Amino acid sequence: MRLASLKQLTMTRFREFIREPEAVFWTFVFPLLLAGGLAIAFRDKAPEQAIVGVVSTAAGDDAAMRVAKALLSAAQGDSAVLRVRRVPADSVEEVLRTGTVALVVVPTSGGGVEYRYDPARDEARAARQQTDDVLQRALGREDVVPSRDVTMRERGSRYIDFFVPGLLAMNIMGSSIWSLAFAIVTQRNKRLLKRLAATPMSRFEYLLSFVLSRLIFLGLEIGVLLGFGSMVLDVPIRGSIGALLVVAFVGAAAFGAIGLLVSSRSRTVEGVSGLTNFVMLPMWIFSGVFFASSNFPAAIQPVVQALPLTALVNGLRAIMLQGVGLGGVLPELAVLGAYLVVSLVVALRIFRWQ
Amino acid sequence: MRHGGHLDEVVAPLALEVAGLRKSYGSVTAVNGLDLSVARGQCFGLLGPNGAGKTTTIEICEGLNTADSGTVRVLGRTWDTDAMWLRQRLGIQLQETQLADKLTVQETLSLFRSFYDAGRSIDEVIDLVQLGEKRTARVLGLSGGQKQRLALACALVGDPELLFLDEPTTGLDPQSRRQLWSLVEGLKRDGRTIVLTTHYMDEAERLCDNIAIVDHGQVIALGTPRQLIASLGADNVIRLGLGEPAPTNAPVTVSVDASVSLDELLHLPDVTGGRVVASGYELRVSSVQAVLPSLLRLAESRGIRWTELSTHSATLEDVFVALTGRELREG
Ligand SMILES: Nc1ncnc2c1ncn2[C@@H]1O[C@H](COP(=O)(O)OP(=O)(O)OP(=O)(O)O)[C@@H](O)[C@H]1O
Ligand SMILES: [Mg+2]
Repeated sequence: MRLASLKQLTMTRFREFIREPEAVFWTFVFPLLLAGGLAIAFRDKAPEQAIVGVVSTAAGDDAAMRVAKALLSAAQGDSAVLRVRRVPADSVEEVLRTGTVALVVVPTSGGGVEYRYDPARDEARAARQQTDDVLQRALGREDVVPSRDVTMRERGSRYIDFFVPGLLAMNIMGSSIWSLAFAIVTQRNKRLLKRLAATPMSRFEYLLSFVLSRLIFLGLEIGVLLGFGSMVLDVPIRGSIGALLVVAFVGAAAFGAIGLLVSSRSRTVEGVSGLTNFVMLPMWIFSGVFFASSNFPAAIQPVVQALPLTALVNGLRAIMLQGVGLGGVLPELAVLGAYLVVSLVVALRIFRWQ
Repeated sequence: MRHGGHLDEVVAPLALEVAGLRKSYGSVTAVNGLDLSVARGQCFGLLGPNGAGKTTTIEICEGLNTADSGTVRVLGRTWDTDAMWLRQRLGIQLQETQLADKLTVQETLSLFRSFYDAGRSIDEVIDLVQLGEKRTARVLGLSGGQKQRLALACALVGDPELLFLDEPTTGLDPQSRRQLWSLVEGLKRDGRTIVLTTHYMDEAERLCDNIAIVDHGQVIALGTPRQLIASLGADNVIRLGLGEPAPTNAPVTVSVDASVSLDELLHLPDVTGGRVVASGYELRVSSVQAVLPSLLRLAESRGIRWTELSTHSATLEDVFVALTGRELREG
């Protein structure tokens, strides 16, 4: 090993990367935009008040007036679960169709009510239930069993908590494979690889420098994404940061090696793009970034579990959400380590230097 | 000092020895039984037209390509057994390489320097190729000639015993070419062995101690520039213009009753060879003084008006033409 040349090679990678502003943008800013967007889409909603329409009745119909009054008084105050608005009799269909109200209450002569709503809409069904309760109680129904609500919200059970470790893993995969594939194939295309092969440079060190440079950026990538996740999105990190870093580093090294393998033969960026997508697409789908990988049929589970991204996603999630230590993610580390070693050895063998 | 080596290390007398080299790409034979030997301290030139097989040959010698058959010994060793030993001692400039655009001149050289156990300092090499002003400039912003000089600097940074330069001056302006020539001459004085390829006969004549003229993958002539030119048996070349393109086979009709064929010209005394060119003839002559009077007499008796009559001392270009009937740059 010549430390001097390994250092120079790694510095070269580093310089080439930071002097490419677009690459920096996509590596650091894109995941933040994605996480931010998802955080907005899946933000915690305060329990929403259903909006209920009441059809105005002709003056003099006392029974109907009673219903309307009971509903309106239930809608007063801070803890009211309903908001009530009057709806002219001839626009019932319109307000339902446009969704301005979830439910329309039509008092019938003789003191009854009719509920008009679309049962396909969740909030319409919930509104019907609540409205009926409120109305029955206001008009004197006694509850048979006394009941009380105790609500709780577990930190870490939201979709965004599930998603952030997956996003981190996906970003590690994407940036490792892409940046390597692009850099190597460009160098091959320009015959710079051939020129380097004409020097006494160690070919192993050359490949290793790519993996090492990935690790430098990884620190930044993880820092940015996790910092945003925990400070802005309040995603928990229950396990130790050390364990998290170990898994992320092994993952990045494994995907770096896979990136080398992917780019070991291609001569053009177009060619390697196709191959890169071919390698990554199955993992985007099957590795449980967006939804749990256990949803896939048992028949394909062995394959799903053997994918490196599945191992990385599962490892990161276990540490962040369940607070597992390194001992608990040994199988994941083993899978990633195997990809690292096998890819590196094969890449070194089949690598095309010109 | 690395170049001193072990006391018992026998220094091979030849820097490069190539025998019976062959290489084909499908149906194209790039190198077809080529032999070379280059003594230490020499500057050796491979001169030949496009596609002659120069790059293929040199890249096999550099261990970047493999031959179909034949043997190559570099500094007395073979690529099979001593690849790393050789890489430490060779300097290589490829015919076309684009270095990393985003690195500066200095960074590029530091990278290359880090691969060698011993070598020159970055400053020394930058001075040598006169890139001092561009030291901190990115490669992307260099001119073609500056890039070429940087590529040469990368080849020099390991202080090589044997330097391979594949068309080092192609695309350079006359001034940069001359700068590079004096650089190569300096290296020769330091006792380095240089193997270079070129299309330019003036370059080969000026720099090379020995030249192999290569065509269709074979060495068709070998010797010092003087020997090669002397082999023509002609000191000068006369060009005769006839005003309109001459057909490839004689005779050339200038007017109804005035014509002259190549054959007739070749039979004049002191004409050793000749050929038809675009607008007339080219004659190799042992003495311009002896040939001119007979040419003028011939013209007078036939009523021919030469539109051009020029003469120059024979060059390597003329040697190539005499050997192949083609011009070097025609390909
Ligand atoms: N990788 C390759 N694949 C197919 N044919 C090749 C390859 N490399 C060279 N050739 C062919 O071999 C022949 C010799 O090529 P080579 O590059 O050695 O010529 P050269 O003398 O260096 O020419 P130039 O002066 O143009 O650089 C050419 O006909 C070329 O087309
Ligand atoms: Mg060539």
